[in-house]
Amino acid sequence: MNSSMVIGQYVPGDSVVHRIDPRAKIAVIFFFVIIVFFANSVMSYGLLTLFAVASAASSKVPLPFIMKGLKPVWFLIIFTFLLHLFVTRQGEVLFSLFGWDIYEEGVIQGAVLSLRFFLLILVTSLLTLTTTPIEITDAIEELLGPLKKVRFPVHELALMMSISLRFIPTLMQETEKISKAQASRGVDFRTGSFKDRIQAIVPLLVPLFVSAFKRAEELAMAMEARGYQGGEGRTKLRELKLGKRDFILFAVFLLLVVGLFVTRN
Amino acid sequence: MDISFEHVSYTYQPGSPFEYRALHDVSFSIPSGSFVAIIGHTGSGKSTLLQHLNGLLVPTSGTVTIGDYRLKADEKNKQLRKLREKVGVVFQYPEHQLFEETVAKDIAFGPENFGVDAKEIDKRTKEAIRATKLPEELLERSPFDLSGGQMRRVAISGVLAMNPEVLVLDEPTAGLDPSGQREIMDMFYDLHHEKQLTTVLVTHSMEDALAYADHIIILNEGEVYMEGPPLDIFQHQDKLEKVQLDVPEVIEFVTKAKHKLGIELDYTGQSVAELAKDLAQKVRGGRDHE
Repeated sequence: MNSSMVIGQYVPGDSVVHRIDPRAKIAVIFFFVIIVFFANSVMSYGLLTLFAVASAASSKVPLPFIMKGLKPVWFLIIFTFLLHLFVTRQGEVLFSLFGWDIYEEGVIQGAVLSLRFFLLILVTSLLTLTTTPIEITDAIEELLGPLKKVRFPVHELALMMSISLRFIPTLMQETEKISKAQASRGVDFRTGSFKDRIQAIVPLLVPLFVSAFKRAEELAMAMEARGYQGGEGRTKLRELKLGKRDFILFAVFLLLVVGLFVTRN
Repeated sequence: MDISFEHVSYTYQPGSPFEYRALHDVSFSIPSGSFVAIIGHTGSGKSTLLQHLNGLLVPTSGTVTIGDYRLKADEKNKQLRKLREKVGVVFQYPEHQLFEETVAKDIAFGPENFGVDAKEIDKRTKEAIRATKLPEELLERSPFDLSGGQMRRVAISGVLAMNPEVLVLDEPTAGLDPSGQREIMDMFYDLHHEKQLTTVLVTHSMEDALAYADHIIILNEGEVYMEGPPLDIFQHQDKLEKVQLDVPEVIEFVTKAKHKLGIELDYTGQSVAELAKDLAQKVRGGRDHE
């Protein structure tokens, strides 16, 4: 019914950010997360914020979607801010609130940590907002490639990831179907005591597990029947290739890193 | 129980980018005790309509009335549980809903939820299993050890044990072999008469609709496209073909005999083979007179 159902947060689009090679995106975000901790001046934080906000803007993802991604962490951001505001006891006393002294350093620490948090979440959620789960899996497989040398099963890991992603919507549909069938047999998933509701899950989980196992077996058989034998010598349908825009991104990011260390105290 | 739909519309995820209108201004009524077939292509709104029959979905606008129960947008019906006891739904591939350790326990699950007492459940379980023609020895077996066909029968027994007054069937024979299909459909037909049920059959099969239903509703793109007794509906071959539905072979045979040979065959539920004999007799009869 929901053929257009989206897994995760991915918002389809055709912006520059969407079209950047997922490997480049992951690499840049990885290093961004690291350099966020090196900033220590107003200018350096300004540069990082500029980069993050500019990326978000050029992704053309509607603001409500971005905000939705940040929703679960708003609480954490605000909590961090308040914690530092009230607990840090360094610098000059700025003012008193209900008999509690607020220190200068507390305001600064609170603001800095909340900003860090915000930047990290914004940039990482931008990855999931503009990259399909399958692209992310492909990119991870490529990026972890070198680990094959130490016999780390990279291909198998990626395969497991993409199979799980592939079956999320299927299992969701299955869950809906079975819960409707059991609701028709008088199960009430919504009301009743906590114990009742836990018990109501059994008739849902058992069939779900049974069908998941059956599906897994069928899939394994189908793969074997078609001669699947792991990653060795296997070619790809979607070949990842670094393009001009990826190198531009690297260049911009490099400038950001340089700028950051210049403006750092 | 009488069932009626008045200007029912249903929209999935209204107001979101994924908004999808599944039903649009659907009105019809099903008198108590009738056997109605709902036919339509994938995406015609059949499943959505079906879920309105026991309150799994509540219309976005319009009213659904089932006996004394009324489902209306923005109106909370507190008696959903009672409604669900009266309306038994056999979903597509119902064997997927089995979960108990034994067949008996699974059949008892529905009635137990509706608070039927143990003695009565025992009686109903036996009745249900007899109706679906399963041997009683299976009652203590695990439903997961059974064959696919047997599992389907167990699941159907589980719905029958609720003693519903309305039976809603969503392609109950999908995936069964031809003899199994006929057996199951005949069983539903017998139950329908024996217990004076109101039966709603959702199907792709025009043959089943012709053989069992006394009223057909054809859905297309969420709207009622045609409605009437089977023999009337199947007179309109052109109109049916427009929505990619076929006329059953037998009816086609009768129509062709009339148009090409000028012979009127009286259709009263015969198979093609039987009709061919009738035809042969008429042709021969005609010669004898010459």
